[in-house]
Amino acid sequence: MSVGVYVHADSVVHRLSPGIKLAALFGFSTLIVLVRDVVALAVALGLVLMLFPLARLPLSLAWRQWRPILVVMAILAAVQLFYSDWVGAVSVVLRLSALVLLAALVSLTTKASDMIEAISRAVRPLAYLGISPTRIGLVISLALRFIPLIAEQLEEVKEAQRARGLERNVLALTIPLMVRVLKMATEIGDAIEARSFDPDDARRLSDLWRRRSEQPSERNDH
Amino acid sequence: MSTRDLAYIALFAAIMAALAIFPPLMLPIGVPITAQSMGPMLAGLILGARRGGLSILLFVVLVAIGLPLLAGGRGGLGIVMGPTGGFIIGWIPAAFAIGWLTERFWNGLNPINAFLIAVFGSVVVSYAVGIPWTAAVAGIGLDQAFWPMLAFVPGDCLKAAVAVVVALTVKRAYPLIPARS
Amino acid sequence: MIEIRSVTQIFGERTVLSDVSVSLDERRIAIVGSNGSGKSTFARLLNGLLLPSRGEVLVDGMSTAKDSKAVRRRVGFVFQNPDNQIVFPLVEEDLAFGLKNLKLPAEEVRARVEAALVQYGLAELRTHPAHLLSGGQKQMLALASVLVMAPEIIVFDEPTTALDHRNKRMIADFIRGLKQRAIVVSHDLDLLRDFDRVLAFEAGRIVLDGAPETVLPRYLEMMG
Repeated sequence: MSVGVYVHADSVVHRLSPGIKLAALFGFSTLIVLVRDVVALAVALGLVLMLFPLARLPLSLAWRQWRPILVVMAILAAVQLFYSDWVGAVSVVLRLSALVLLAALVSLTTKASDMIEAISRAVRPLAYLGISPTRIGLVISLALRFIPLIAEQLEEVKEAQRARGLERNVLALTIPLMVRVLKMATEIGDAIEARSFDPDDARRLSDLWRRRSEQPSERNDH
Repeated sequence: MSTRDLAYIALFAAIMAALAIFPPLMLPIGVPITAQSMGPMLAGLILGARRGGLSILLFVVLVAIGLPLLAGGRGGLGIVMGPTGGFIIGWIPAAFAIGWLTERFWNGLNPINAFLIAVFGSVVVSYAVGIPWTAAVAGIGLDQAFWPMLAFVPGDCLKAAVAVVVALTVKRAYPLIPARS
Repeated sequence: MIEIRSVTQIFGERTVLSDVSVSLDERRIAIVGSNGSGKSTFARLLNGLLLPSRGEVLVDGMSTAKDSKAVRRRVGFVFQNPDNQIVFPLVEEDLAFGLKNLKLPAEEVRARVEAALVQYGLAELRTHPAHLLSGGQKQMLALASVLVMAPEIIVFDEPTTALDHRNKRMIADFIRGLKQRAIVVSHDLDLLRDFDRVLAFEAGRIVLDGAPETVLPRYLEMMG
């Protein structure tokens, strides 16, 4: 499972602030949905592909991100071919390819933690509604951390059930897996608190301000 | 909301992602059933409305920022904004509705009412978002978008049955919704 | 100094600890007891992960109920399973997590993470996904991410139970060489022989308390 999609390299694209990358992706995807001209779409895809060498990533990585959407794209293109013409079909392929590859490039060049920090910053104005950026950041990284753990646990449960000849029984796999991962989540929740995480952090803007003015004194006693 | 609740929310978003690795089952009529849409049912039935809905919202955000977590390794804004994006977005209110009803019926939850709750959320609620979405993006009439989707209903019922058995067993082994007095 | 003052812990209908009072000040303290004796609950009381149903726990005079933040700065907690303690997907991110929670300035977080990466032999693994580490490396990361926060006392909950022989020895050596005070919950009696004090729990009470050479033989006898 490709969860740690980040691929390290020393490039301009990697160093670019994640907020700018996300904003660019959003702007680009909005534009490309509006663009109808097939030449413009081809140029857009070409530009996206040129960003891969700029990010010092091999084009094989682009191919690997592109492959999974091939089938969907083929179906959509076929529908277009049927209802309109080949220009429409090519447009669908170009548009989707450009979109997916740019989105993939952002993920490939941005560490999850940096991405999360950018989102946290973006939602900061919502803090007074009770939506805390700290919590959002934590919950996103936890989800990314859990995915490989669940896969590992599934393998363990499979092995245990294989001994009983039950490895193909959906319930015999799912139920023990579920109980295991729930226990794991409970303990991780405790471990996070043990490392001084404050779930009520930044609940309100006023708290944010107060905390900011308290910070220097807190640093001194350390 | 406690840190544990945050962990459960993250966990079910991750379970959604993990469900993507199960190969889709083909129905005789040629409609694929993916395990992933079982996730919102499990989230609602096990975590309740608020935590369940937030866990699916988190999953959709992760997909939207470009992580390839949908079945078939798909992800990114392109998919979320695409023709089937409404069904993905619709998972959020579906999980919330299933959770809300589960909390209401928690003390007397049995296989029958739990199944009806799961079907209501995963068919009625998520189709109510998905079908108009498809119609709008593809530029076709609501009725034209409606009929093809009926092919997915048998699969959804099958998934609801599995989710209910899992959730009711988990309820006995590790209940996470507080009992109502 | 950690003072436990007539603490009773009740979960639902079950009394897990009944009226426990004890002061902990030694450099190496071990906690032994059978499963369900209340020792893990006791450990979780020491840094406020659990708050007592009755009574109070004071760390250097501060109550775990009222000053939870200050208490957690002083008392770190290492869980049995490192997988359940590593929060972030990458090694360096996980090391930084606790420091960010302490609201340290960014430069200091970076500096301390760098130092810890070197000190605990994780420098080569900095951008490594945590789930690809070996068992021993995971345990090291779990320890490092608690130690990087510079607690004065570290509570270990069965640190060697899930490990193979080699990693067990590594953790034992690690605890032995630790500058900080340590309170270790364990079934692994070999690990505890050179400790300063051993507390034995049974049915929610401390039944034995003293130096390992007196407590451990009696504890083994009691366990039959």
